Amino acid sequence: MQLIARNITHHYGGTAVLEDISFAIGAGEIVCVVGPSGCGKSTFLRIAGGLERPDSGEVMVAGAAPEGSLNPLTYIFQDFALLPWRSVAGNVSLVLEDHGIRGAEARAIVADVLARTNLSDFARALPRQLSGGMKQRVAIARALAVKPAIMLMDEPLSALDSQTRELLMDDLVALWQRERFSACYVTHNLNEAVRLGSRIIVLSRRPGRIREVVEIDMPIDQRAERLTELERLQRRVWEIMREEAREADREIADVP
Amino acid sequence: MSHEATTRPGETAAAAGSGEELRPVPFRGGGFKHRPLGPVAPIVFLAILALWELGARSGFISPIALPAPSEALAALGDLIATGMLWKHLGASLYRLIVGWTLGSLLGIAFGLLIGLFSLARAGLLPLVSALFPIPKIALLPLFIIWFGIGEGSKVATILFGTFFPTVIATYGGVDNVDRNLIRMGQSFGLSWLSIVRKIIVPGAMPAILSGFRISASIAIVLLVAAEMIGAEFGIGAYILMAGALFALDQLIAGVAILSVLGLIIAWLIGKAEKRLLAWRS
Repeated sequence: MQLIARNITHHYGGTAVLEDISFAIGAGEIVCVVGPSGCGKSTFLRIAGGLERPDSGEVMVAGAAPEGSLNPLTYIFQDFALLPWRSVAGNVSLVLEDHGIRGAEARAIVADVLARTNLSDFARALPRQLSGGMKQRVAIARALAVKPAIMLMDEPLSALDSQTRELLMDDLVALWQRERFSACYVTHNLNEAVRLGSRIIVLSRRPGRIREVVEIDMPIDQRAERLTELERLQRRVWEIMREEAREADREIADVP
Repeated sequence: MSHEATTRPGETAAAAGSGEELRPVPFRGGGFKHRPLGPVAPIVFLAILALWELGARSGFISPIALPAPSEALAALGDLIATGMLWKHLGASLYRLIVGWTLGSLLGIAFGLLIGLFSLARAGLLPLVSALFPIPKIALLPLFIIWFGIGEGSKVATILFGTFFPTVIATYGGVDNVDRNLIRMGQSFGLSWLSIVRKIIVPGAMPAILSGFRISASIAIVLLVAAEMIGAEFGIGAYILMAGALFALDQLIAGVAILSVLGLIIAWLIGKAEKRLLAWRS
């Protein structure tokens, strides 16, 4: 399944946050969206998944969702968005209940996704008992449970410390190799972008426009070994962003 | 940033201490922290009772001003011995439970409406704000006309008294539910009803339960007020009768019963909080 954004423009009150954003995410492709803070990355992601309506432009999907996909466009949130009153297994089954999947069938799916994210031992734990990294793994397990076609990831690793971030990045790479999901991965962390993205879309400061698109040919599974090359790439992306980030930093926020 | 030049702690101390005297860094972090002191509460309570009893026995406290605790205890014993305690307590508990339960259920329902629907908020919230500060005791004569002099008016007083704080606690709780959790529910295609049932109501539960603490106390206050008129039995009626007869020992006994009732209710709500909010740290 493909996700195609066409000329997305959006305002909050009088401030333009996104201007004429167009790109497509192909099947099995991770597209990273980077940009200085406040450039509308997260707004774009909300629009992409239908949680917000753009002022103009449209988001389309092409192709059929994979067999059995319950929720083709599935989010991973920065703050995990786990229900604190439900156990790990309960948080996963939450998204199955509305599709009429209960009982043994639900238990089988929950056990399967928890096993795939190495969480089987934590099925009965409450979110407050888990570390940030484990919480995000639960959120990933929850997303896998609905068999998404495209994952919309909103700074999924930004709330984690750098060591946990490394671990989860390895997990995501391993997961991608097995499942070949497509993803729109929004981040302000360029290291994550060059490690995971098959393409990096660099946005300008507010109002966000596409500054540049950087293609990365290196296979994702080799990147952990070829860090020096990535380092060069990351610096290139940073050179593109630097001025924008500096200007964005000096702006006075007036967006609610 | 090289870690090769490590020194052992002892060496550093020796190096720094060359020639100069070593002083410990003074501790400045104490205070402003509560320790649990279990037996203090009963000791204070018993000490006050003992002082009171001593004052009354020695004649320092006149029996007309305040009867001794032992006399109040005797009045309580009388109440138990004659079996009147259960009659009074039964009547009061009935009014309290019916009034508070109905008031809380209606309050939660209206609180959810105000929390969920813009129309309900625009229409009902000003009404709630206007009616909440009215002392419900002042409306008692109206309630008697509307609901009769019997149980109806008494239950209605408690019902109205507990309704408004519950409405305010509930819609405040709904407003405070993490918007991101709701967005998560929407992003996974949960139905509106599922989001309300599984995300909003549990998320508002802490606020609703602390609203219960307030409304339960208000219910006890209003119970006595409601039993002022035309009640044969009830703790409030007992206290008022004792007051009218200047039987101060009975009055103190009645007040003590109310206080114990309040403590038991607070304890029950604490238990409910522990059960329903076990997910909080």
